[in-house]
Parts: sequence; structure tokens; C-alpha cells
Amino acid sequence: MTIDFTKDWRNVALLAVLLAAAFFLPSWLRFLLQTALAGGLVALGVMIQMRAGLVSFGQGLYYCIGGYAVGLLAAKAGVAEATLVIAAAVISSVVIALILGPLLSRYREIFFAMLTLAVSMILYGLLVKAATLGSTDGFNVPPVTFFGFLPAQEARGDWTYVLTALLVVVACFLIARYLASGAGALLEAVAENELRLEYLGSSARQAVYIVYVIAAAVSGLGGALAAIATGHVDPEMANWTTSGGFVFVALLAGRGSAIAPVLGFFLLELVRTYALDIAPNAWQLILGAVMLAVILLLPDGLWSLVRRAPK
Amino acid sequence: MLKTIAILLDGLNYSAWLFLVAVGLTLIYGVMRILNIAHGAFYAIGAYSCATALGLYYSAGLPEAGAFLVMALVAVVVGMLVGLAIERGVLRHLYGQDEVLMVLITYALFLILEDSVKLIWGVESYFAFKPYAYFGFIDVGGLPYQVYDLLMVGLAVVLGVGLWIWLTRTRTGRLMTAVVADREISAAMGVNVTFIFATTFAVGTALAVVGGVATAPKIAVTPGIGVEVIILAFAVVVIGGLGSIPGAAIGALFAGYARAASVHLAPEFELFAIYAVMALVLAIRPHGLFARTDGRKI
Repeated sequence: MTIDFTKDWRNVALLAVLLAAAFFLPSWLRFLLQTALAGGLVALGVMIQMRAGLVSFGQGLYYCIGGYAVGLLAAKAGVAEATLVIAAAVISSVVIALILGPLLSRYREIFFAMLTLAVSMILYGLLVKAATLGSTDGFNVPPVTFFGFLPAQEARGDWTYVLTALLVVVACFLIARYLASGAGALLEAVAENELRLEYLGSSARQAVYIVYVIAAAVSGLGGALAAIATGHVDPEMANWTTSGGFVFVALLAGRGSAIAPVLGFFLLELVRTYALDIAPNAWQLILGAVMLAVILLLPDGLWSLVRRAPK
Repeated sequence: MLKTIAILLDGLNYSAWLFLVAVGLTLIYGVMRILNIAHGAFYAIGAYSCATALGLYYSAGLPEAGAFLVMALVAVVVGMLVGLAIERGVLRHLYGQDEVLMVLITYALFLILEDSVKLIWGVESYFAFKPYAYFGFIDVGGLPYQVYDLLMVGLAVVLGVGLWIWLTRTRTGRLMTAVVADREISAAMGVNVTFIFATTFAVGTALAVVGGVATAPKIAVTPGIGVEVIILAFAVVVIGGLGSIPGAAIGALFAGYARAASVHLAPEFELFAIYAVMALVLAIRPHGLFARTDGRKI
């Protein structure tokens, strides 16, 4: 299935309008949306790798690195400037990805899934035992400042929401540009037939390396925004169940648009909130059943419904 | 000196446990090419069934030694039933899907089964420690050690060797090996692939359930035990090479001793050790220590 991403910026523009309108939502719902946007970026990272046929079962690694970068700077080093901590989160994710990338880009299929998972679980194993960082409880992240200005308690939600919405739109736009570019188009070729791609003169490993680093950058940003939104980080961010959730969303939402995983994550959070309220011990069951149904009935995800709709 | 003995014994004991929980996973992957995340849920089902069955057995006031018979019975019956139900009910319709997609399908099954366990057994803890205390302690070079733990090593060896004999010396086992090598050609030669798949899955599930049953007396059976197990089993299987039973044994020894050594020497790296070994092995031998290499397809 070939998808033309050159028009995907329209969807991103739509997302921008939606998020601007969502500013006036009731605060609990807007908070849910804000955390979902942060997680949605990680699902977006999983989605772009899926376009190359690679399923990362350890994207939580960068979610966790981003979150802990913000947490460590704000809580332990006393640097709470939003621009700085977010930049630090993205940079540290990219640096780790640049180091791991050459190793991971050799792997495909199930081995890629397993190795990404192993690396993520290494971080989880370390953090769980790190008593100074609160072990399994993690620690709280103090509120961030905006160019030195600390908003009043009741206005903080507004400020961080605008920050999150802005960065998510920018990230989605850049990812859409990437997918529309030559490097993005190569991803599908990697999934389809790597050997032919090599014969045609392109490097599959390089394409995978690039997508891996870009995915790490958006996931690190997602982790940073999640830490800012909830004011808390814990090792669970790197656990494989968290990563499994991102894979679930990427799969559920589909690979048709850069905004699909972001919207998909919000949908999931809504379902989770209501399901936890109605049937606290059965929401995973509902989730699993939905996942099976999507895999069997809508192999291209929910976004394929949007695509199929008459123009 | 005591520490060395402790590392040796704990390593052996932990390796045996890892082998028990991982061998079914590698068997199923080897024959069916399904990396079964639901394996962790099967382990949990085994542990819960064992706790319930033992509770009923003890409250009936029957002789204590019979408890082990009950455990064996639970393992075989529950394992076969659950395995056949999942294979016939769900997986049968999904054969031929992409390997990675099968991982996601079994992940969905895992979520469903995890909550089913909660719905059936509730969220409180179950205890069934009597069989664990039954054999008492034995003195090993000055270190008192639970006999039950040593028996588990025996169980792992017996099951491992039994499985190996079954696969290499019996008709069904050899047919399985044929299916591993080439599914289509075997079917063309008249092998009943459907039967082989159902048998493999049931046996693999039963092995996970055996792991759960054998572990139940040692732990508090609570929700969430399956989540940890599956990830450890993955590590073991990936170290040894997916689909290889000797590989699972070697992988279990690697991971078991890595953990035992770090528990006694550097406890803060306990969890880290296993995944570090896994990442290291994969970095050197991408497909695991005992994996077969496939030809390139153009």
C-alpha cells in the first residue's frame, strides 16, 4: 500500500485547529488530551518505524529517557526552564539513539523487536534498583518555567497545554515532511524488499538508522512533555508493557497519517478512562479484544476508514 | 566459600526455573513460528490453578504427600485444555500471518487472559506453601538449602531430556522436526500439519503451566506474575536462539548464573544482568547462540 504523504500537512493543519479549539475543553478532559498527546508522539515514533516493517517493542526507552532528562534537570539540578529541559530531553534521546543505532539497524523482524525490548529493559532494570532516584516509585518533577517566568498554580495547566499542543503540531508537521521526502519513501521499500533496494543503490541500513534516530527524537520529546504534564516520572515508562501500549496505538491508528497515532492515543486514553470506571478488572480484556478485531478486520488501522470515506 | 556455594546453587536453581518457563516458548516458536506472549498468562493460570487445587486438597484433609500428584495432574490437564482451547479457538484461524503480526496477536491474547485470570480468581493473593516446606532443608557444604529447590532442578532436567527424546526418537517428534524444516513440503508428503500444530501448542502450553504449578508453592500468587515471567523467558530463548531446546537450556544457564552472581555480588544490578547478557549475546550472535541460519530470499 503506497501512501502519498505530500498532502499530509493538511491533516497536521487540521490537528492544529482541533488542538486550538480543545483549549476550551473542561480542564479534566484537556489534561487527558495533554497526556495523550505526549504519549501519542511515542506512538508516532513506533509508527514511522513500522513503515519500514520494524516493530519496536522498546520505544518506552526514549519515552523514559525524555521523562528522566526533564525530571533530573528540574528536580535534581535545579534547571526548570521549559525550553532547556525539553531540548536536553530530545538531545539525550538522539545521542543514545546515535550510539545504539548502528547496532540495531542490523536487525529486522522479530530480532529488532527483541533487541529494542532488551535495551529498554536494561534501563528499566537499572532505574528500578536506583534508590537515589526513588526506585519503582520514581520522583516528582517540579513545575517548569517559561523563559524564567513561573505561571501561577491555577494557570499552569493552560501554559503547559499550549506548550504541548504547539510542540506536538510542530513534531507532526516535521514527521509528515520526513515521510513525504525521499528518505521517508525509502522506508516502505525497506519493508517490501531490502535486497532490491540495495541493488538499486540505496542503503537499507542507513534508512533504518535515520528512522530509528528520528523516532527516538519524537519519543524523547513525548517523554519530556509527559513529565511536564503529570509532574512525575517512574521506571514504568521504560517497562515493556508501556512500549506494548505504544505498539498497540500505532497498530490501531494505522500508518496512513502522521496525526493518526496522536489521535489514536487520545481515543485509547478516553476508552481507558471510561473502561477503568465501568469495569476496573476487565479493561485490558476489552483492549485485547479490540486489538484482535482491528488486526483481523482493519489491517491498515482505523485511519483506513478515514481514507476510504468519499472525498 | 559459603557465598560461592550459594551462587552455584542459586544459579542452578534459578536456571532450572528459567528453563521450565522458557522451554515451551521455544518449542512453540520452533515449530509454529509464533513468538507467544500469552505464554506468561499460561504460567499465571498454572500458578493460580495449582493454588486453588492445593487449597481444596488440603481442606479435604487428605495425606500431604498426595499434593504432588495433584500438582502433576493440574499441570497436565489445565495445560492441555487451555492450550487446545486457544489453538483451536483462535490461532488456527490466523496461521500464515506475518511473524511480527503474530506477536501482536498473542499480545492481545495475553491482555485478554490476564484480565480473565483477575475475573476468575480476583485480585487477592493466594498461598500454597505446604509442598515447599514438605521436604525441609538439606545441608550443602555448610549451607542449608531447600530440597524442593533442588528437586526443581531435577524436574527441569527430566523435562528437558524427555522433550529432547520425544522430538528426536518418536514418530510424532520427528514429524514435528519435518514441519519445522518445511511446512508445505511436509504437508505435501502427507504429514497432518494441523495435528502437529495443535499438539505442539498444547504441549508448549502445558510446559508453561508446569512452570507455574511448580513455582506456586514458592511465591504469593498475585496478579501480574505473568508479566515478569514472559520477559525473562524471552531473554532466555533469545540468548539460546529462538526455537532451539538445547539453546533454551544454555540460555537459562547464562541468565540464571548472571542473576545469581549479581544477586550475591552486586544486588543493584540484579534485573540489569539478565538483559545485559541478552543484549551482549545478540550483539555478537544476532540470532542467538544456537540459531539455524536461513538462506537469503530475493
